Formats: sequence, structure tokens, C-alpha cells
Amino acid sequence: MTHDGRLMKPARDVGILGYGAYVPRYRLPATEVERIWTDGEGGTPINEKAVPGLDEDVVTISIEAARNALARAGDAVDPARIGAVWVGSESHPYAVKPTSTIVAEAIGAVPYTQAADWQFACKAGTEAMQAAIGFVGSGMVQVAMAIGADTAQGRPGDALEYTAGAGGAAYLLGAAEDALAVFEGSFSFVTDTPDFWRRAYQHYPSHGGRFTGEPAYFRHITEAAQGLMAALGTSAADYHYAIFHQPNVKFPQTVARQLGFTQEQIAAGMFVGDVGNTYAAASMLGLTGILDVAAPGERILLVSFGSGAGSDAFSLRVTEKIEARRNRAPATRAYVTRRAPIDYAMYARYRGKLTMK
Amino acid sequence: MSVARNWRLQQQRYRLTGERCDTCGAAIFPPRDVCPECEAPAKTPLVFSGRGEIYSYSTVYHPPAEFETAAPYMVALVRLEEGPMVAAQLTDVDKGSVSIGMPVEMVTRKIRAEGDEGIIAYGYKFRPAGI
Repeated sequence: MTHDGRLMKPARDVGILGYGAYVPRYRLPATEVERIWTDGEGGTPINEKAVPGLDEDVVTISIEAARNALARAGDAVDPARIGAVWVGSESHPYAVKPTSTIVAEAIGAVPYTQAADWQFACKAGTEAMQAAIGFVGSGMVQVAMAIGADTAQGRPGDALEYTAGAGGAAYLLGAAEDALAVFEGSFSFVTDTPDFWRRAYQHYPSHGGRFTGEPAYFRHITEAAQGLMAALGTSAADYHYAIFHQPNVKFPQTVARQLGFTQEQIAAGMFVGDVGNTYAAASMLGLTGILDVAAPGERILLVSFGSGAGSDAFSLRVTEKIEARRNRAPATRAYVTRRAPIDYAMYARYRGKLTMK
Repeated sequence: MSVARNWRLQQQRYRLTGERCDTCGAAIFPPRDVCPECEAPAKTPLVFSGRGEIYSYSTVYHPPAEFETAAPYMVALVRLEEGPMVAAQLTDVDKGSVSIGMPVEMVTRKIRAEGDEGIIAYGYKFRPAGI
């Protein structure tokens, strides 16, 4: 198949003016899930996962990430001039009532702005980012905010309970001339794949067993990454850093190797071992970690994955503006290393798993 | 808290939006449209920095209605760096880690929810300053 004409690139170049991360401070060690459900014999896919406190949800997580993105953008961006506030998540606090309007109100973007909530499992954030590139790149708005955030659900005892974490990442997109990193292009690959879903009114998701790995995660990430690199004429060696969606530690390491990337290229953006799978935030959080350390001129490949299924791939180049801006907000690593471990009983309380009436 | 009252307080609760007195310069929180220092009309909005320090604190073990699921939790009087004192919950703090004079910063968190069907109220809380 030819990829001619499938590269997504706006009429005028768009980049990241500011970025921000947030991870709650509570951690559930995977050994706690293992202790409760497998008598300590089941093995653990990660070290520990981030758990939202009793007063946290996708709204509060998004607000703090968005404030960090605004802090990094600095005086160049007046919050009242943000033309769109978009939040991607599979754990919006309301079934009906947008997360995005609450976030927009809290950061001072209302009332003359577009606002919307996005949904597509773990890639709900990157599709908001892609749309924001189009919104800014077409000239419809000057600045747009794209956020990926989740407080993911895992059925007690299920394999996903070890990893279903919480976190968020926010990106303020605007003209390339003002950006700390510029988008070189993006590329998407989606099919109807039954790997993971959650029906209306259900607390916990279900998954289609053998669909999870090869037909879902690996196929979509590989096709999107290869399609993007073919269209841009790049190869793995052209990138200093890469981020692949992180549902566990093993999958991104494996797909990186298959695509010709080294473990060093993905190390700076790998947080899943210490915060779990942050779903819509996962790959976007990884990018914040890389922007915390990247040097001007360096190239970054970002590939998300969302069940159902699809991947969005992005190629970025860091500019000299990164140096002055990255220290205006806390580094992602600081949020990751800030931790208060809890046991399974406290986790059950924090996640509302105790029946109170 | 009624849906209407929650909506009326959104601006001050989400962002710590108070007022500045154009006559004597005082920073005012919560907003009341009249300066408590010089009694002049004061309606210029001021978004506070969110930084402050703990003036006093306590722990709530017997909470009022709608706060039952959060207890025990800590509350504090916080002296904002712009001057005013606010009463608020502390969050992301461990027992025994809070002290008078401790620097804190504002975060927007869930304050309460009206059961499983009602509105979720968000607003300011304070946590130890610095990540």
C-alpha cells in the first residue's frame, strides 16, 4: 500500500507552546494485588501504579496538568485567548456534562472558547492533539489545549487491576514560530478490533483475551509508526527519542525493538513501571518526560494506542525555546518519584470499592 | 449545597478569584464588592497566586453532612501571600506532617458530591508547597 497523501500535516506549521504533567501521589505496589488474588504467586507486570486520592478525578488531574502547560507557555499565552479546550479520557466524572467546560473555567479560558470531551480508550488524548493541530494549523484558532487524563478502572482480581493507573498530560498548541517543539506530521491507523471495551453503566471493562497483543497493540502501533516514517522518509535512527503506548513494561519494549528502536531511545519516556498504565495520558505523559530532557534539534516519535482499536503517530522536532520553558513547571519525574504507598485495603476505599449502603 | 449556590461560587472556588480595592490596594478574598479595609467599592477581579502559609490547623474526625466519606481530613486557616486568610481543607498530607508556618499551595480538588446522582462540587484545597 502506498502512504502517499496520507501524512496529516496542516497548512501552516504547528507546535507545542507549553506542556504539563500530573500524577497523583498515592501508589499501589503490584505485590499488593498479587498478595490478595494469587497468594503472591502470580507475578507482576509493573512495580506499582498511581492511585487518585479521594478528592481527585479526571477534572482535577486535567486542571493541574493544564496549569503546568500554561506556566511553561508563560506570558505568551493569555488563557482567555485559548480557542479550544479538549479533554480525552475513558473516565470522565460525568456520563453527561463535559469535563472540558470545568477545566476551561478553572484555567480562565471561558467563555469564548470551544470545549469538548473525547473518547477512544487509551488514545483519546492524542486524537484531541491531532484535532488541535488541525484547528490551529487551519487558522481557525490561535491556541488550543489538548489533554489526555484518566483514572482507569480495573476489575478486582483481573490482570488489568495491577496496571490501571491515574495521571494526565496537557499540551498547549500554537504557531510553530512560538513553539518549544514543532510537529513534522502525523499518521493514524484504525480498525474495528474487539480487544477491550466497557458497556454503558458498567464499572469495569472487559477484554477479548488473545486480541490484546498481536492484532491490537502491536499491529496498530507498527502500522502507524511505519506509515508515518515512510511518509516522512525517516527511520528509527533519525529519532533521539520515542514513546510507544505503555499498558505494561513489556509491550513498549518489544514494539520498540521490532521497529528498530533501542531501549535507550524509549527510556526517558517510560513511566509505566512506577505509575501504571495511565490510559489516555500514557503516551502523552511519556512525551512530557522526554521534553523535560530533550535538547534543541532532537527528534521525537510518539505513537499512541487505543483499544477498539487505533494508533496516532506523531513526529516532532524540539526547538531552542525548550530551554527557557521546561523549568517553569515541575518535571514529570518529580511527580513520578513523589509517592505515598498504600495497601490494598486503602486502595479499595480510595477507588470506591467498599459498599457503604 | 444547591446547584445554584455552587454555580455562583465557581469563580472564587476554582481559581481563588477575589477582588482588588482600587482605592487602598487591598487584596480581598472572598469577593464582597466592598473593601473590608477602607469601605470603598471594590469590584476589580484578582486571581490570587495560590501560595500561602498555614496559620492554624486541625483534624476533622466527625464531619458534617456530605463530607462523611472524606473523614478524617485536615482543615487549616491559610494566610495567602497577598494578605487575606482563608479556611480550607488540606490535601495530600500525612498525619503529623503539618505545622504552623508551613508553606502551602492551592490545588483544585473535589470538595463534595451530592450522592451518586447530584452535582460534583470542585474547589480550592491546599497541599504542601512544591512537588
